[in-house]
Amino acid sequence: MTAAPTADNGTPPLEFFLSQLLTGLASASALFLVACGLTIIFGVTRIVNFAHGSFYMLGAYIAYSAITALGGGFFGFWGGVILAALAAGLIGVAMEMTILRRIYHAPELFQLLATFGVVLIVQDVALYLWGPEDLLGPRAPGLTGAVAMGSQRIPEYDIFLILFAPLVLGVLWLLFHRTRFGILVRAATQDRQMVAALGVNQKWLLTGVFFLGAALAGLGGAIQLPKGNAGLTMDLGIIAEVFVVTVVGGMGSILGAYLAALLIALIRVFAVANAGSSLLGIQLWQVELVLIFAVMAVVLVVRPWGLLGKRETLTGHHGAVEPPLLAAPAALKWFALAVLALLVALPGMAGTYSLVIATEILIFALFAASLHFLMGVGGVISFGHAAYFGLGAYGAALMVKHFAWPMEAALFAAPLGGALGALIFGWFCVRLSGVYLAMLTLAFAQIAWAVAFQWIDVTGGDNGILGIWPSSWAATTPAFYGLVLVVVIVMLLAIRRIAFSPFGYALRAGRDSPLRADAIGIDVRRMRWFAFTLAGLFAGVAGGLFAFLKGSVSPDLMGIPLSVDALVMVLLGGVQTLAGPLVGAVTFTALKTELVSLTNYWRLLLGLVIVGLVIAFPQGIAGFVRDRFMAKETRA
Amino acid sequence: MMLVVEGISAYYGRAHILADVGLSVARGEVLALLGRNGAGKSTTLKSIIGLVPPAAGSVRFEEREIASRPSYEIARLGLGYVPEERRIFSELTVLENLEVGRQKPRPGVPEWTPERLFAIFPNLAEMRNRPGGQMSGGEQQMLTIARTLMGNPSLVLLDEPSEGLAPKIVEQMAETLKALKQEGLTLILSEQNLHFARLVADRATIIEKGRIRFTGTMAELMADDDARTAYLTV
Repeated sequence: MTAAPTADNGTPPLEFFLSQLLTGLASASALFLVACGLTIIFGVTRIVNFAHGSFYMLGAYIAYSAITALGGGFFGFWGGVILAALAAGLIGVAMEMTILRRIYHAPELFQLLATFGVVLIVQDVALYLWGPEDLLGPRAPGLTGAVAMGSQRIPEYDIFLILFAPLVLGVLWLLFHRTRFGILVRAATQDRQMVAALGVNQKWLLTGVFFLGAALAGLGGAIQLPKGNAGLTMDLGIIAEVFVVTVVGGMGSILGAYLAALLIALIRVFAVANAGSSLLGIQLWQVELVLIFAVMAVVLVVRPWGLLGKRETLTGHHGAVEPPLLAAPAALKWFALAVLALLVALPGMAGTYSLVIATEILIFALFAASLHFLMGVGGVISFGHAAYFGLGAYGAALMVKHFAWPMEAALFAAPLGGALGALIFGWFCVRLSGVYLAMLTLAFAQIAWAVAFQWIDVTGGDNGILGIWPSSWAATTPAFYGLVLVVVIVMLLAIRRIAFSPFGYALRAGRDSPLRADAIGIDVRRMRWFAFTLAGLFAGVAGGLFAFLKGSVSPDLMGIPLSVDALVMVLLGGVQTLAGPLVGAVTFTALKTELVSLTNYWRLLLGLVIVGLVIAFPQGIAGFVRDRFMAKETRA
Repeated sequence: MMLVVEGISAYYGRAHILADVGLSVARGEVLALLGRNGAGKSTTLKSIIGLVPPAAGSVRFEEREIASRPSYEIARLGLGYVPEERRIFSELTVLENLEVGRQKPRPGVPEWTPERLFAIFPNLAEMRNRPGGQMSGGEQQMLTIARTLMGNPSLVLLDEPSEGLAPKIVEQMAETLKALKQEGLTLILSEQNLHFARLVADRATIIEKGRIRFTGTMAELMADDDARTAYLTV
């Protein structure tokens, strides 16, 4: 991120602004390369490639190693950059051929999840190969100087970057309009089935597209190297911005991606140029991400399909029709009572450590159930559900820290925090659908994360807020466990009650067929907005409990990894049943706790497990069970 | 016989669309696959080209079994498919649409180039750089056929080529199909419009509720009032 410069050293404001503008434009180039790679891949494969940030990161690391190995110099540097792009492209091809090719027919959520598994794997591989320290990027030979512009000096490399993006744009335009490959890609973006019926083998087309997209991301990582470092946080660091760029620019539009990247660069410039001014005690450069969010919001309200994207056509229904949600059979209810009895008796049987784990599992069960309510009942996929968990946690923690509220009162602030965040973000999100919506939820979660991270005076920044302890009556582990158990069970029953209420039925009607639901007078968008807010509320309760369990909150609670954890829990248990997320939360938390205690490279293992699960059960475990054991009936 | 379909069944989910469908067409012949809306005409064609792989049965094209092979392989054997909904690539220009359909020349089959196609479809020649999305329905229908011909097929499946076209354009379409027959192409067209089918087809097969009800020459069909009233009149 940009550091705050001081504008008050006598520099004429216009010159200062121009130099900042050029810096901003230079930083837009890498973002554009990564975003247009993502957009190209999405256009043809309809997969939102979460691992795209990983290609970007690998591009930077590989360029670093290649330049070092080639001994620097002009050919060493540019040879290294090109090698990095090619290597990233080939890694993309490997990923497409080994993983994605098997799951092109799986629901999009599973595809997203598989690519996130790749993110985890790449993180640990990069940690193993390049170590935990950031690597300082080499400078570009021949472009190390600066050009004077009035009293300001513009680095030559910035000028190169500014010119590089339009150059790539031009080359891509030629590729897509003057080559057979490009024309086939454009045709396949619109109608893959028809392209196949005309005799085109899509296998190499998809692989080719993956090569191109991944190579562009790798190139983006490589060319930004002289401006910064190669580091392990680059992957998730850029992905949210890339999502913003693609959603604002319009999915599938390369020129749109360029314009959106420029727009975001300009917002940065504005924030930095006004670094001196402050709003509510926050310096403007600190709210850079909030400004980006505001602009994105305006664009999406005016043009929900992005600057240059295609208007989405409302389809009859998305994907397969899900079986109706039925009340649990009597046997299952008895089983649930037995589990409840076990949970009540647990403090008498388990040790402190086990009880803490059990408390955590209960909290995550509520968190997963809140996401399941949104996804399974509402049909709204959220990739940033941790935002509301985190807002709940911060809601409670801030009350404790700034107003010295007791736990009992602070726990009521938690659902308010989650619900308020979901109310605001949800208003925008429900305007979109499907993948666009999922990307937007992730972008919002990143913004919430950035606010918690940057608003140091209030949130404590990276350190978070410490000393959030329960009231004395609930201070012991068994007592707090009891409190969590009661709250979670009440909340789960409330979720169940809502799912089977008229509102729940309307929601499910909107999920299965938005068009028909609309036609019979259900305001689908409004229903989804309520559902979004409710899901935020329940997630907030879970977050509040979690804050008191850990005694602290930190921005990690809003991070992408936690959002994905929740998704894995829901998918593990199966989307079709209300009990699913509970089973998923238990399985996943136990699995992760085990892996973390086993090795430092637990991300690698977790990533492999996720990818393996998706490949083995492309329809989800519940779908697998259904296909496997109920197949005879359908074949008739 | 050039193409022999025997006993194919097809499902959409649990819905049984085709049951034991069989038909055949000889080289150089035009076969009309007739039937009412929803009878299974489109699905039959989609099963042949592999877009709806048949659950059972066999499809032999030039002595080769093609049932359940991927559609791009079937298309590359020389089987062209013109979809009902046209499915023009609306972002692509006329020339680019043709480029997507281009395949290698095939021995013993007329070889098509954009220029040769423009001779048959003069309208398209005037708009070669226009995006497909900015063309009229009739022009799009012509482009769909031209695009399929770029693959140099020996047999072309046309799904309701006359649907939604103005009467004058329908006549033009009939002339075009006759011209293609003159070139030596074999055609199967699905149709609801008996009048149109009479203009171009040699033989007819009638499908009703997913089952074949009649097969014979066009003349036999015209003589068989019962078959026509039972399966074709609305």
